Amino acid sequence: MNLLMLLATTRRVLDQLRHDHRSIALILVVPALLLTAVYFLYENETLPPGVPRTFDRVGLMMLAIFPFVVMFLVTSITMLRERTSGTLERLLTTPIHKADLLFGYGLAFSIMAALQSLVATAVAYWIFGLDIQGSPGLVVMIAVINAVLGVALGLLCSAFARTEFQAVQFMPVVVVPQILLCGLFVARERMNEALEAVSNVLPLTFSVDALQEIAANTEPTDQLWMDAGVIVAIVLAVLVLASLTLRRRTA
Amino acid sequence: MSHSAATAPAVTEASIAVAATTLHVIRGKVPVLRGLDFAVQAGEITGLLGPSGSGKTTLMRAIMGVQVLTSGLVQVLGLPAGHPDLRHRVGYVTQSPSVYPDLTVEANVRYFGAMHRKGRTEAAEAIAAVGLEPQARQKTGDLSGGQLSRVSLACALVARPSLLVLDEPTVGLDPVLRADLWDRFRSMAASGTTLLVSSHVMEEASHCGSLLLLREGKLLAQLTPAELSQRGHSADLEKAFLHIIQDTAEVPSGSPERTVRS
Repeated sequence: MNLLMLLATTRRVLDQLRHDHRSIALILVVPALLLTAVYFLYENETLPPGVPRTFDRVGLMMLAIFPFVVMFLVTSITMLRERTSGTLERLLTTPIHKADLLFGYGLAFSIMAALQSLVATAVAYWIFGLDIQGSPGLVVMIAVINAVLGVALGLLCSAFARTEFQAVQFMPVVVVPQILLCGLFVARERMNEALEAVSNVLPLTFSVDALQEIAANTEPTDQLWMDAGVIVAIVLAVLVLASLTLRRRTA
Repeated sequence: MSHSAATAPAVTEASIAVAATTLHVIRGKVPVLRGLDFAVQAGEITGLLGPSGSGKTTLMRAIMGVQVLTSGLVQVLGLPAGHPDLRHRVGYVTQSPSVYPDLTVEANVRYFGAMHRKGRTEAAEAIAAVGLEPQARQKTGDLSGGQLSRVSLACALVARPSLLVLDEPTVGLDPVLRADLWDRFRSMAASGTTLLVSSHVMEEASHCGSLLLLREGKLLAQLTPAELSQRGHSADLEKAFLHIIQDTAEVPSGSPERTVRS
């Protein structure tokens, strides 16, 4: 690893994004707009006294799911372009280490994800009065870890796509099952055994669990740190797998 | 140094930049390189010439160490091709420009420079060397095709490599610019850089110190431009090349003839 090359890569990726105003707008504004939609979706629900609003549950989970989805898409397309345009092959003839490249990407998109979740979390708290026990800082932290998870999976999936069209098709395969099974729609303990078993090993499940810990407790719990640790471990494992798909020598 | 009866000067290890031994490459099921043996002199411009589909790009990829070899050996600057130590010393410009279209010219060159610990000064020099100073702050994607390939070249020049492998660097350039680039290549060679330049335009052969003539994955000959026109019985290098192809076609299943430079 070489910090100089890693940071040069981060800077380059952010520089590329900087020229693309529309993507920046989409990354920063869309989650906040969708969150608004979720808020008004449950606006008129009637609740018995003492029961938390559905928005406090669903909106909170959305804060972690958005960065995951957006970063997965952005990364898989960007990396695919790098693979097909010849810049990746060229880079790999230079002294850059694969880890510098992957972590450089990871860092760049994490910065974008942090900005995104700051905007979305601020909207959830200040405009829609998101009401949870734990601190918003922890929510942003989980959102960023999730974004990095999306980056890592995107880097890996880009290796299995030949075209941008194929890369987009990986979303229903990789992202949607995680959203369906993470406990957002049906509490995980009410799933049948097979689905729950799958749910148990999907990374997004740990994020949702972590967010529920944050929602229910004023102080960070051990369970929260364990969930966060598991996601970070998964991210590192996926990044290692992704680095194996970067070949310096091809047939 | 003892003088033997040999006419050619002693070729020492250090004076050879690239050496291939019985190099075979099969891509898919197609044999692309079929037993190449040659040595490229250091500090010289070597032209890799042949019709399209003759295996020029695959040979350059093999030298860069990005091509899986079926059999044979490629030594580059005394190391096996693709050796990690070579990544600092060898520069590669692919045929289609491999740069980031959404970055400025300067940002592209500085990024590739950063991989070799080169900064702003070296980047500016590399951009000047390809005559793109006025466009330095423009987005690369907005440039013309010829300008784009010069950005790609600058991204290799910035590293100041000892061996520069250039795949058709002059395609799409106007005559003035082409002459400028060849001047630059010559001055780089004069200061010790080894250049391997592929082209399918025979007239460019005259700029090279030595030529590798490739056809259908085999080496037809290794000679100087003067020897090419002499052997091909024409001052027009294109015609000379065609004559050599006809001559070799008439010799059935002969091994590629090699001429030792004097």
